[in-house]
Amino acid sequence: MPVPIMGDERMEASKVRDKFGDGLLKVKTFRDETYLCVKREIIADVIELLKNDEDLQYSYFSECLGVDYSRWPHERDLTERFEVVYNLMSLKHFSRIFVKIGVDDGHSVPTVKNVFIGAEYPEREINDLYGVIFEGNEQTGRFLLADDWVGYPLRKEYPLGGEDVLFDKGSRGPAVEDVSMPHAGESFEGKTGSDEVSGR
Amino acid sequence: MDKQSTSVFMPSTETMFERTGDDTMVVNIGPQHPSTHGVLRLICELEGEVIIKCQCVIGYLHTGMEKEAEYQQYHKCVVMTDRMDYLNANGNNLAHALAVEKLLGCEIPRRGSYLRVILAELSRIASHCVWLGTHGLDMGAMTPFFYIFQQREYILDLFELFAGVRMMPSWIVPGGLRGDIPEGFEAKLRDFLEEFPKELEIVEGLLVENPIWKERTYNVGIMSPRLCMDLGASGPIARGSGVAWDLRKSNPYCCYEEFDFGIPTGTKGDVYDRFLVRIAEMKESCKILHQAIDGLPEGDWSSSDRKIVPPPRHELDNSMESLIHHFKLYTEGYHPPVGEAYAAVEGPKGELGFYIISDGSNRPYRWHERPPSLMNLKALEILAEGRLIADLIAIIGSIDIVLGEIDR
Repeated sequence: MPVPIMGDERMEASKVRDKFGDGLLKVKTFRDETYLCVKREIIADVIELLKNDEDLQYSYFSECLGVDYSRWPHERDLTERFEVVYNLMSLKHFSRIFVKIGVDDGHSVPTVKNVFIGAEYPEREINDLYGVIFEGNEQTGRFLLADDWVGYPLRKEYPLGGEDVLFDKGSRGPAVEDVSMPHAGESFEGKTGSDEVSGR
Repeated sequence: MDKQSTSVFMPSTETMFERTGDDTMVVNIGPQHPSTHGVLRLICELEGEVIIKCQCVIGYLHTGMEKEAEYQQYHKCVVMTDRMDYLNANGNNLAHALAVEKLLGCEIPRRGSYLRVILAELSRIASHCVWLGTHGLDMGAMTPFFYIFQQREYILDLFELFAGVRMMPSWIVPGGLRGDIPEGFEAKLRDFLEEFPKELEIVEGLLVENPIWKERTYNVGIMSPRLCMDLGASGPIARGSGVAWDLRKSNPYCCYEEFDFGIPTGTKGDVYDRFLVRIAEMKESCKILHQAIDGLPEGDWSSSDRKIVPPPRHELDNSMESLIHHFKLYTEGYHPPVGEAYAAVEGPKGELGFYIISDGSNRPYRWHERPPSLMNLKALEILAEGRLIADLIAIIGSIDIVLGEIDR
């Protein structure tokens, strides 16, 4: 699909650079897709610019997703532990743009819920599975997980199985050796998940 | 899509209901309720029969597929995609295969693409059949269910010919397909294409001009194009609101640019429009299927890259190299280059995409599905506000959710 070009780079990149200057940290192209890495404080403004700009019209919010880069062995685009990737589509050019921000544990990201109402659910999902906090989209309970679940399962250090599942009232799930539940945890040999496992 | 002829039955629900006092009641619907299409739970604040606030509670089917995939080789992730949107298993396989192929930089032959189109379009019809049957059941129209599920059975029989299973074929894999079309498939598909439009016409006759149906769906759950875009609602919902956008046309994949088909759109964006759009989409899918089976190219159906696609079975008996490839592929898998890729297809429920990040190992570092149902579900909370509780059921049916995909 034809993508909007200005000079020798994507129009989105130059428009964001014009308005935010240093806020645009990096522009990456991989497999014909463009990724804009921006500072997390300005994310809502960047999304709003892409949405409302006459030449771009990224009016369709496709999704956003979280990534935990704590075990990433290669060079990174951003330095923070987590990344949130926003995926927008322009119905003028039928082109896609990915906007990335980095966030460390304990820091928060401004929500884009007020720009795109559709961001509410995916942001809550990221919060639930990674523990990234979205300012302005705080939730009272869990989204996908049970309300008394402890921990953030999509973090890399969270085990896949064979370990105690904790609930916040101090109880444990059935995945441990337990005389009252003799078959619980039977299929797991040692710890899986956090350790390197072969053959899975 | 002419709706002018029905003015007699036009209900007076054009204006939103207004709240009159503080006498509200909170009612829980689901998670185990037939008209919530799975395990969706709704907490509705009601005033009389009017919904003041509706909140969706999800997660009852959450199985951590995205976590699980990080520990599986790429070719083993395929079977999990079937179980996300289980009504459109082939579409999920296709989106996943396209994302992995984009990461690998792998091209597949035209015959493979055509076969993928056939499977994906059959899946679309099957998914819409389930929607039409259950949507009708929710609103008290029992008969269409029996007609349309019969047709779905025929499609599942076709899948069974292909893959040996009816609902979870996993037939589309990165690099191509697991095999060519089986003997007798073409004749059966042509029979189906002959029969299906007639049956669909019967169902249409039962609903399209049905006054009770119209009264339940007309002017209910109106979505503006702007709201669709802001929500990230795609597929028949966006098209029902008049957004003529279809990924098969706008960003073609799998040779879709070679097929002649239309994008049906609605004008108003109510439940009735979405109903008409889906009916029309089934007919367009039939058109595509006709063209695909007529113009099916000769040749290979899978990539010939033996690092991604296993060698044919008979080669294993007399070629050491093939045996090695086979062994390597099923024990170690393949290593896509470091990077990330997103590929989306037009599923029956909307934009269905996969975002895969590779760290160069044989397992994905991050494996994520863009679930159309989750993004569409947000519409329910907004549309239900100020409507009657009976309308809520119509709206749930019209946004066509699958909880397996929402919770993953």
